[in-house]
Amino acid sequence: MSIVVGILFAIGTYLILSKTFLRIILGTSIIGHGVNLLILTMGGLKKGGPPLRGLQEFIFTDSLPQALLLTAIVINFATTALFLVLSYRAYKVLGTDDVEKLRGCADE
Amino acid sequence: MHCFYLVIAFPFIYALAVPFLYNKFNSKVHTGWFILVVPLLVFLHLLSYIPAVSSGRTIYLTLPWIPSYDINLTANIDGLSLIFSLIITGMGFLVIFYSIYYLSKQKEELQKFYIYLLLFMGSMLGLVFADNIFVLYVFWEMTSISSFLLIAYWFEREKSRSGARKSLMITIFGGLSMLSGFILLSLITDTHSIREMISKAGMIQSHSLFVPAMLLVLLGAFTKSAQFPFSIWLPDAMEAPTPVSTYLHSATMVKAGIYLVARCTTIFGGVPEWFWFVSSAGLVTLLYGSINAVRQTDLKALLAYSTVSQLGLIMSLLGLGSAALYFDVAEEGAVYAVAIFAAIFHLVNHSTFKGCLFMVVGIIDLETGTRDIKKLGGLLHWMPVSFLLALTGSLAMAGLPPFNGFLSKELFFTAVLNASKMSIFHMETWGNILAITAWVASVITFVYCLIILLKTFGGKPGDYKLKKKARKAPVAILIPPLILASLVIVIFLYPNVLAKYLLQPAWQAVLPTFAETASLQIKISAWHGLNTELLMTIGVVITGAFLYKTLRKWYVIFRYYPAALTLNNLYELLLEKMEKFSLALTRRYMTGSVRDYLVYILGFIILTVGGFFLIYGGPTFDSFRDASVNYYELGLLIGMLTSALTVLLARSRLTSVIAVGALGFLVAFFFVLFRAPDLALTQLVVETITTVLFLLCFCHLPKLKQEKTPIRVKAVNGLISAGVGLVMTILALSANGNRLFESISRFYENAYELAGAKNIVNAILVDFRGFDTMLEILVLSMAGLGVHTLIKLRLAERRGNEGTE
Repeated sequence: MSIVVGILFAIGTYLILSKTFLRIILGTSIIGHGVNLLILTMGGLKKGGPPLRGLQEFIFTDSLPQALLLTAIVINFATTALFLVLSYRAYKVLGTDDVEKLRGCADE
Repeated sequence: MHCFYLVIAFPFIYALAVPFLYNKFNSKVHTGWFILVVPLLVFLHLLSYIPAVSSGRTIYLTLPWIPSYDINLTANIDGLSLIFSLIITGMGFLVIFYSIYYLSKQKEELQKFYIYLLLFMGSMLGLVFADNIFVLYVFWEMTSISSFLLIAYWFEREKSRSGARKSLMITIFGGLSMLSGFILLSLITDTHSIREMISKAGMIQSHSLFVPAMLLVLLGAFTKSAQFPFSIWLPDAMEAPTPVSTYLHSATMVKAGIYLVARCTTIFGGVPEWFWFVSSAGLVTLLYGSINAVRQTDLKALLAYSTVSQLGLIMSLLGLGSAALYFDVAEEGAVYAVAIFAAIFHLVNHSTFKGCLFMVVGIIDLETGTRDIKKLGGLLHWMPVSFLLALTGSLAMAGLPPFNGFLSKELFFTAVLNASKMSIFHMETWGNILAITAWVASVITFVYCLIILLKTFGGKPGDYKLKKKARKAPVAILIPPLILASLVIVIFLYPNVLAKYLLQPAWQAVLPTFAETASLQIKISAWHGLNTELLMTIGVVITGAFLYKTLRKWYVIFRYYPAALTLNNLYELLLEKMEKFSLALTRRYMTGSVRDYLVYILGFIILTVGGFFLIYGGPTFDSFRDASVNYYELGLLIGMLTSALTVLLARSRLTSVIAVGALGFLVAFFFVLFRAPDLALTQLVVETITTVLFLLCFCHLPKLKQEKTPIRVKAVNGLISAGVGLVMTILALSANGNRLFESISRFYENAYELAGAKNIVNAILVDFRGFDTMLEILVLSMAGLGVHTLIKLRLAERRGNEGTE
């Protein structure tokens, strides 16, 4: 599981370092998945039943990482959406999807 | 809290009231009149300490400030701090009085001037009374800053600004090195109090860090007191209004370095390094300052260089006097200790005669509109009183009777002659050079004193217009220099009164060990027979007069000195090179490319996290908590990896978008496996929306191009990614394998009892951490608004475009 997290991070990072908007967005999205899995792994995997009262089991998996993750997923979605629209807009206005060409003034 | 702290706090508190006073009364009364109260009250209060201090007592007061760090506001009232504080407040009073007539209340922004001045006065008082090194440092820097503000008081002038900047750069540089010296000292002695350091002087001198600590502290003192080669800021500081030059840059602030050296004499003194550094720096400065003073044509610049040279004189005296500490037998060392006394004496004298001279120059500037000695001349008829004042001041500086400068100059010669006969510190070989340097510098001092006096007041009237009608300074402006000039003479007539009540306590404060074993007594007399010192003075007068007569002939040698080699030039060059270097350096790493910045950030993560693992014995893996892997889990994992790789390798954007979607759904499946139903549900919803969004934007975004990146960049990218992946894997593994403390989730498992919810995760989100979730919703709605606006903006623009078409 941890190895998968590592590989997801590696691929995400590589994508982020590239020039195209779309790739960068995809990269952040993949890193987001990596982070989610990492947090889940940290909490310990598969010990006991789902954190729902009323079932037969009395040992639950750690509920805290799940709560954290629920937040993370939603925020991740929000940023991805914003980033996507932003890049779309930047492309429309500036006519390029190459990050390297988007530089500020020379004497900044 | 002892009422003494009010002495230091009073100027600061009063400064708060200045703007109100200015706004309310400035139309009628000059703001300076209100400020005059401060130094007067403090001065009178300080006078009440004289009986106690002159009987040899030292008063210590402690007020805790940051006790956990052993930083306390400890006030140390002894002879040395008392004499300095009296000069500060006494000169402060006179200077403020003078400034009332010097600065026009109609034209100047007086409230600023007086706030800065009070700020300076308070910090200077704090500096001389502070016993804790960190408190001393804070006040030290505060004097630098207030000096900066005062030099740049006429900030619309370019020269004022550059002078202020230069002084700030040099003094702050010195201050910082002094701080590091102090820290070294506190490491050696394990105390923050100067008093306790003095008692541990032997321990410091035998420590291996002794020389670095000494050099760093001296750097602070030398920059503040404008010793060679840090003297260049003082002449430039003359752009300040004359009251400021009188007060800060001749009487008080520049003497802070002297104060520091005097204070530290017992800590460092008695070793050859200290002796040679302090006295040679002093003598070189003395010579350098006096030679440069002769070539100046601006009266204030001339006085500035003369201040530099006089400070050098005092510094060298302190250095010579430190030899006394070499001897264990106090009687033997007492001969050399006279130099310390001479230093303190000359310090007081210098404040009086130099203050007087500065004030006279200010008056000349006001009345004639110029300070250039080439234009001035023949002022004797116009300003007879000023002439008398200048005569007193300059002859005192030249060391002639009947002025106080004569007494301290004689003592200076005595000290130098004593030192040159010493048999320690290699003085057998260098002693005569010391004496000759001192004598030559005195001759040149005599020459520039004559220049001040005769070129300004003597000769024919020069090419200037007396602005008699336009701006005639009131007679009252003459009162402060008059007081100083009369002090110059009074001190000459009754030196022993001053010595008894102020100088000897200060002397004992500098050399506390001597005060215990031997009596530091001295009787100053103007006439002590036809001895070597008197002969030296006569020689100075004759040679000096001769040199002044032939000034025209040898003045040309200054022209041969290359301008490129001056210290100012060096300073400018250094500054310019440093600016260029830092710009070039910044340009190198601030490339403006997002990718580069990301590489820095990610590289840093790898370095810190990975380095942490490397240093602290690597991660520990513990396999007992690893869950067994089912075959369908394995299948899912492989599916995830494949989709992730597809994203990486995909040529078409459609493929990559779909692959990311697939990845998301697989993660959702994982959540199901890991007993997280809520997560799985959310993930499914979110993933669907994201994919839809991607596909919506998809038709607008351009096709993925094969990136034409050089192989080197690709390799770096790959390396960084692999590093991040590796570090994250290790992190995940070790996080999985180690558990430092029990999970706090147990608490939440009572969700039903606490919150009436059966779903623990939901209970955490909406109940236990309800506020967090609310803020999360806020973030989400902000993002939603952002998306909405960006799309709307496009529509508006399009409509606008259509409108113009």
